[in-house]
This record gives sequence, structure tokens and C-alpha cells, in this order.
Amino acid sequence: MIIKYFSWIREHIGTSEEEIILPDSVSTIEDLINYLIDSNDKYKSAFLKRDLVKIAVNKSYSSINTKIYNKDEIAFFPPVTGG
Amino acid sequence: MKQRDKILIKVKIQNDDFDISKEMKKLQTNETGAIVNFVGVVRGKDEKTNEDIFSMTLEHYPGMTELEIESIITNSTTRWEISAVTVIHRIGKLFSSDQIVFVGVASKHRQNAFDACNYIMDWLKTKAPFWKIEEGSKEKRWVEFNSSDSNATKKWEQK
Repeated sequence: MIIKYFSWIREHIGTSEEEIILPDSVSTIEDLINYLIDSNDKYKSAFLKRDLVKIAVNKSYSSINTKIYNKDEIAFFPPVTGG
Repeated sequence: MKQRDKILIKVKIQNDDFDISKEMKKLQTNETGAIVNFVGVVRGKDEKTNEDIFSMTLEHYPGMTELEIESIITNSTTRWEISAVTVIHRIGKLFSSDQIVFVGVASKHRQNAFDACNYIMDWLKTKAPFWKIEEGSKEKRWVEFNSSDSNATKKWEQK
């Protein structure tokens, strides 16, 4: 699974993209966030303000309950500020 | 949903500047009666701190940005009779007074072009995955989401 990070979330995590093999225990975005937080403290600070973290699955806005699979591209980013 | 055909749609994400008059001419066909455009530019002062902003850097999510903007434009075509839409959004380092974004809409009659342009810009501000970091004299600061932007889209939900 490819995970992408943008803006200050990327700065907390220290990379713009990483590839992980999805463990059997992870089936939703919420599971994935909890799995990442348990794996390393850098995710803890990135996901600290959970309501400021927007989620995309395969480049489409998704929610914390979205089911995810190993072939998916996930992205975490703050509220957008373009225009 | 009414999907109107023959609507020219152009979405470009680019580092380079754009020429407003050239882009407006490209929107025009024989049947065009109105062209409305919006141009966003880099403010020279931070509204909250009143500090000078020298530059800002914009990043985006390639692929998703184009999909989101195209989806917004498609939604606008089901609400208003319009003939052509161009959205150009710049990324990378921009300086005070630089142009950031162009939204141009052509239609037979003005009201459709006004409304569709307003609608596209409001949704672009809340949905298109861009992020700005401002570079002032002291520090760099990620621009925070402005809740007035999400309030602006509410008027389109009520209609």
C-alpha cells in the first residue's frame, strides 16, 4: 500500500510517501492510523489533531470508516488552502 | 443529472504564469455572449498578523487535484448552461502580487457565467488539494484553513 502525506503532516512524518504491507489486523482507515501511531512516535504528532486530518483513498475524499486494501493509495493531508 | 455536451473544459496545474486575455479569448466561440473570470493573487500582508508576506510556496496532490476540479466543473454544468470553463492553478514559489489562480467561464448569457464562476471558485477553495506555506520576514507558516471558505459553499447547498 502506498501512503502519501502532504503539508505539515508530511513534515511531522518526515517523508512524502511510503509503502507498507497492510497487516491483516488493518481493514479501515481508522485501523491504519492506529497501526501507524503504535509503530512510531512521529505518527503520533502528525495525527494528534485527528479532526484536522483529511483522508483520500485512491485520490477520492474518504472517511475514517472507509475499508482499505493493499492495492489502495492512501493520502493524509490538512484542510486545503488553495485558490 | 443533465450532462450537457460540447462543453470545453480545461484544467491546468502549472508553475508558469498565465495570460488572462489569451485565456479569455480561448473561451470564446461564435455563440458566446458572456465571459466571466476570477483571478486570485498573492496578498502582500498576512490578514491576522499584518506582517508582510514576501513569498509563498504552493504544493498539491497531483492527480487528485485535477479530478476534484473536473468534478466541480462537471457539477457546475448540471446547474447552469455554460459553454466553456478554464481553471489554471499555479504551484511552486510565488511572490507578493503574483497571480495564483484563474477561473474563466463562458456562456450565452451573463448570469450563468457569473454564478458558475462563483460556484467553481468556492468549491475549489474547499475541495481542491492545494496547500500554501507563507514566507514572511521571520518565519515560514502553513496557511490555516479559513472557515469562511466552507461557509461560502453553503449557499450552493441550499439552492
